[in-house]
Amino acid sequence: MLGGYAGKILDIDLTDGKITELKIEENVLRQYIGGRGLGARILWDRLGSRWEKVDPLSPENLLLVLTGPLTGYFHGARICITGKSPQSNGIIGSTVSGEFPIELKCSGWDGIIVSGRAEKPVYILVNDENVEIKSAEHVWGKTTKTSLRMLTKEVKEELDKRHARLGIVKEPAAIYIGPAGENRVRSAAVEQKWSHAAGYGGYGAVMGSKNLKAILAKGTGPLPPVARPEEVKQLIQEYERLALSRDRIRRWGTGYSGYEVGAKTSSEPVRNWQEEWHDKKTIGGDRFDLRYWVKRYWGDYGCAITCMKLATVKAGPYKGAITDNPDYELEAYLGPNLGIFDAGAIIYLSSLIEDLGFSGINGGNILAFATELYQRGILTKDDLDGLELGWGNVDAIAELAKRIARRDGKYFDILAEGTYRAALKISELKGVNVLPYAVHVKGVEVGAHGTRSDEDYTHDICYACSVQGGDHTSTVNDAYGDMLTVFQDSAVYCAVIAWGGTEGLDWKFLRAVTGWDITEEEWKRELGHRIIHIQRAAELLGGPDVRWKPPKDDDNPPRFYEPLPSGPFKGSTTDKEEVERRKREYYEAIGWDKNGIPKPSVLRKLGLYDVDKDLDRIRKP
Amino acid sequence: MSKNSKIWISRDYTRCTGCRRCEIACTLHHEGQIWPEASRVRVFMLVPGVEIPHLCTQCTDYPCVEACPFEALSVNEETSAVIVNSEKCTACGLCIKACPGKIPHIHPKENYVLICDLCGGDPQCAKACTEAGYNCLRVVEEAPSISHNLFARTPEELTKDVAENLFGEKAEELI
Repeated sequence: MLGGYAGKILDIDLTDGKITELKIEENVLRQYIGGRGLGARILWDRLGSRWEKVDPLSPENLLLVLTGPLTGYFHGARICITGKSPQSNGIIGSTVSGEFPIELKCSGWDGIIVSGRAEKPVYILVNDENVEIKSAEHVWGKTTKTSLRMLTKEVKEELDKRHARLGIVKEPAAIYIGPAGENRVRSAAVEQKWSHAAGYGGYGAVMGSKNLKAILAKGTGPLPPVARPEEVKQLIQEYERLALSRDRIRRWGTGYSGYEVGAKTSSEPVRNWQEEWHDKKTIGGDRFDLRYWVKRYWGDYGCAITCMKLATVKAGPYKGAITDNPDYELEAYLGPNLGIFDAGAIIYLSSLIEDLGFSGINGGNILAFATELYQRGILTKDDLDGLELGWGNVDAIAELAKRIARRDGKYFDILAEGTYRAALKISELKGVNVLPYAVHVKGVEVGAHGTRSDEDYTHDICYACSVQGGDHTSTVNDAYGDMLTVFQDSAVYCAVIAWGGTEGLDWKFLRAVTGWDITEEEWKRELGHRIIHIQRAAELLGGPDVRWKPPKDDDNPPRFYEPLPSGPFKGSTTDKEEVERRKREYYEAIGWDKNGIPKPSVLRKLGLYDVDKDLDRIRKP
Repeated sequence: MSKNSKIWISRDYTRCTGCRRCEIACTLHHEGQIWPEASRVRVFMLVPGVEIPHLCTQCTDYPCVEACPFEALSVNEETSAVIVNSEKCTACGLCIKACPGKIPHIHPKENYVLICDLCGGDPQCAKACTEAGYNCLRVVEEAPSISHNLFARTPEELTKDVAENLFGEKAEELI
């Protein structure tokens, strides 16, 4: 018995509509676990030998939707969305919380591999053993809230008929995309519920490129059995005690940070990162809480922390906006980074961004990039069909988002390619180098934590050396300490629950659920590294449109080397020499050569012969 | 709790976080595993943000018990809970039809109906909820009351009311 696993994966080719069942061997699962790790392995098996030729938005790419053995057992259920990323051209394990993975596992499936491209818009319905590809033409082009409402309703009605013998069954859970994903906007997210997004990676665009609007699942079975049930039950309770003691994160979520990260640590993006300090109490957590939160504790399956909050605007110009929290990232990216310091406006933009199907971080970054180009006179009113952008101009920024989501006009279409790709194109068209204003690392717009004050958790090489680029959830400091994130994304559960420490419960959970003898030490020295090396190989091979040159591109955005112009850390900047020194140390520790390419000896020792061979294509003879 | 008092699980839907730890506690207790559709309390989420824990409310007239032609349902005098005799139950579904809230449901793999039995007087779902401080489900000392009958409503009916409470006018567009 494979504890914690349903034991099979759905393999769906949308081009010919063929649905097959895939079993993964136990030795592969033990090495790669699930989610991000297993995803990287499956991608390399199928695409590694021609990685740089695969267009992430072509039918050849795969969309992987994977749970892990701890999904549903360790608090805070998530699902990992991965594939070849249209942002980095590498592999990003992008996770999102909600009940979809529970319904999938209760249907008897650990995950779904989607390949090909449907001729017309479709959605996939998984109901236990019954798997169908159904038309989504009636919801294509619709906003996410409308699409989710329509699909949930029609599928629920069908399920009630199908399972009439049982009485009424609960609604199906869904992952879905909005117009941005349909139009292959590279910052499009795969979403669950409301504003829950697998944002990094651009997998909403991959779904759109496959004409896949949504996947819905409804399982009537139990979660797969575990190896040691009594121990798992005890661990659930043990972790629960830990979680319930974390009052601050439970009470506020990350919502206090919109004020604090600006005012205290001075590492919050302000006006496209031109500053990282503000002291605007108008976006304090209390303003969201007192005026807009209709649920102060909102969570996903099995979570005892419930850092989510439910926000609704009931009066004023933004009446009708609904979103979760917003969490810190969206507070920052749809607030100060756009020169907006009004809680209601931030909720409105968060609600809108979600409706359009953007990642709030990546999409928010692009909105600010465009606004700075307007500030500098590089983009003009004429370029933007009369739109007058400006910091704090909520209506203009909302219109900009709508136009980008639909690629509606020359420059909106260019901006839909993401900050880095748009910067290359605009530099070419305008004859001005705009790359200094593009805040990304290897095509991935950077999360809302700066490095200049050095007061946040993000330091010199955190983004520069991460195989997930600007992703603030997967940063690195050294070759061993950051392996917990890779583990969480592979066993697939929420990382927020680890804040404040998990007292080693993670690996105890894995052993009790799977019955394997994997230790933290083995993970940090071997298993985790395998996953990082595959992701690194993918990132370096890249293509077909852009390629990264290590070690040059293992760096921070240029803006992170400008001195902070304001606040208590005025004049501070990221130390370039320190970055270079730490980078060399990191390469050495993780087993990459001086050019940042994984060493043959290291790869062979880990049994990654295929990856080693594929990397020969970029090694100098 | 005095010896002769009765318990009831009070429910405050606007406080439901959607964490489903009630479902987990219920099924670990009754089924020995986590099994959302076999839970005696099921959290419906027809609209995200509007989570409705759906469980027996112990109507004073017990229409489900009345409707059972096989004497598979009875009332526990001590707790007031409806007790299912899984040997006698044929999963015919007449109790579901009789319930104004369509709360009972058939076990997905077995041939009997699932109805909250109040865990014999120590409901695990309410414990999980109150431990976390949510108090959506809470054990109260309360004699059986005709007012409890009011809670036997379908998820659709409850969702409509709670959505308006949370979202105001916007609720109409979401259902």
